[in-house]
Amino acid sequence: MDIKDIIKPENLVYAKPRLMNDNPMHYCPGCSHGVVHKLAAEVIDEMGMEDKTIGVAPVGCAVFAYNYIDIDWQEAAHGRAPAIATAIKRLNPDKMVFTYQGDGDLAAIGTAETIHACNRGENIVIIFINNGIYGMTGGQMAPTTLEGMKTATCPHGRSTELYGYPLKISDLIAQLDGACYVTRQSVQTAAAVKKAKKALRKAFENSMAKKGTSVVEIVSSCNTGWKMNPVAANQWMAEHMFAKYPLGDLKDI
Amino acid sequence: MAKIKGAVVVDINRCKGCDLCVDACPVDVLALEPKEVNDKGYHYAYMAKEQGCIGCASCGYVCPDGCITVYKVKVD
Repeated sequence: MDIKDIIKPENLVYAKPRLMNDNPMHYCPGCSHGVVHKLAAEVIDEMGMEDKTIGVAPVGCAVFAYNYIDIDWQEAAHGRAPAIATAIKRLNPDKMVFTYQGDGDLAAIGTAETIHACNRGENIVIIFINNGIYGMTGGQMAPTTLEGMKTATCPHGRSTELYGYPLKISDLIAQLDGACYVTRQSVQTAAAVKKAKKALRKAFENSMAKKGTSVVEIVSSCNTGWKMNPVAANQWMAEHMFAKYPLGDLKDI
Repeated sequence: MAKIKGAVVVDINRCKGCDLCVDACPVDVLALEPKEVNDKGYHYAYMAKEQGCIGCASCGYVCPDGCITVYKVKVD
């Protein structure tokens, strides 16, 4: 059978999500952000919430997230996405509101906003991309950087004596009564992508069911910041990041 | 026995040549174009072996830039 006979609309099994527009993404080749964008676009489309979803973009690599998914967006100041999302959700309770944040945004400058939004049990979804580094600004140490991991600001590896320990913020959030669903996923293989999509769907459904705050942490790679190629970065992530940040549901009520 | 045949279409100018689809392919059908580059200067992914594809869409799932479209048919 010729390849042209297979390429027909009725045989389609996978394509770029409808809500993802044609703007070329600014992310580095192999960046996990693109996969998570696709998942968010797919879940919103499948739930039929295209016109009712408002995303809050962070500061960090994903600052231009509003250019790529065809829904309504609001840009927040650095770390303040959960506070903006709180206001949007309280004023528009029928909208589905989510924030999309990196580890520098959520776990460093935005720790207070994140913890308090989760503690208040705001009916929002927080998508948290944890790649253990400040990717946008050139690979500096983040609170989530692993012990011994080399970055631009800890070139000899993170020393816990000097910089403290990697911050497992999702575990902290799981302790809060306002958070209804806290899970840690990854997107480096097709199977992991499918699991992450299910987690995102559940989180979005929780927010519409007024169950409280849902946090979906995606352990991601930053191949540029880690100074590896994309395939090696994914392998390194599976070997090292998952040991400190084990995958699975941390809380599900 | 029904056999499944798949086909992968890569949006060449969207591709950044990150190699993740090539790594994810269980039947080693995909490869990066060894010489040609796209408008951005990346060696884009393409179907190196047109016959082996099983249409599993693993490449599509892991593609960060959404450049992959997958088709499959059952052949009797």
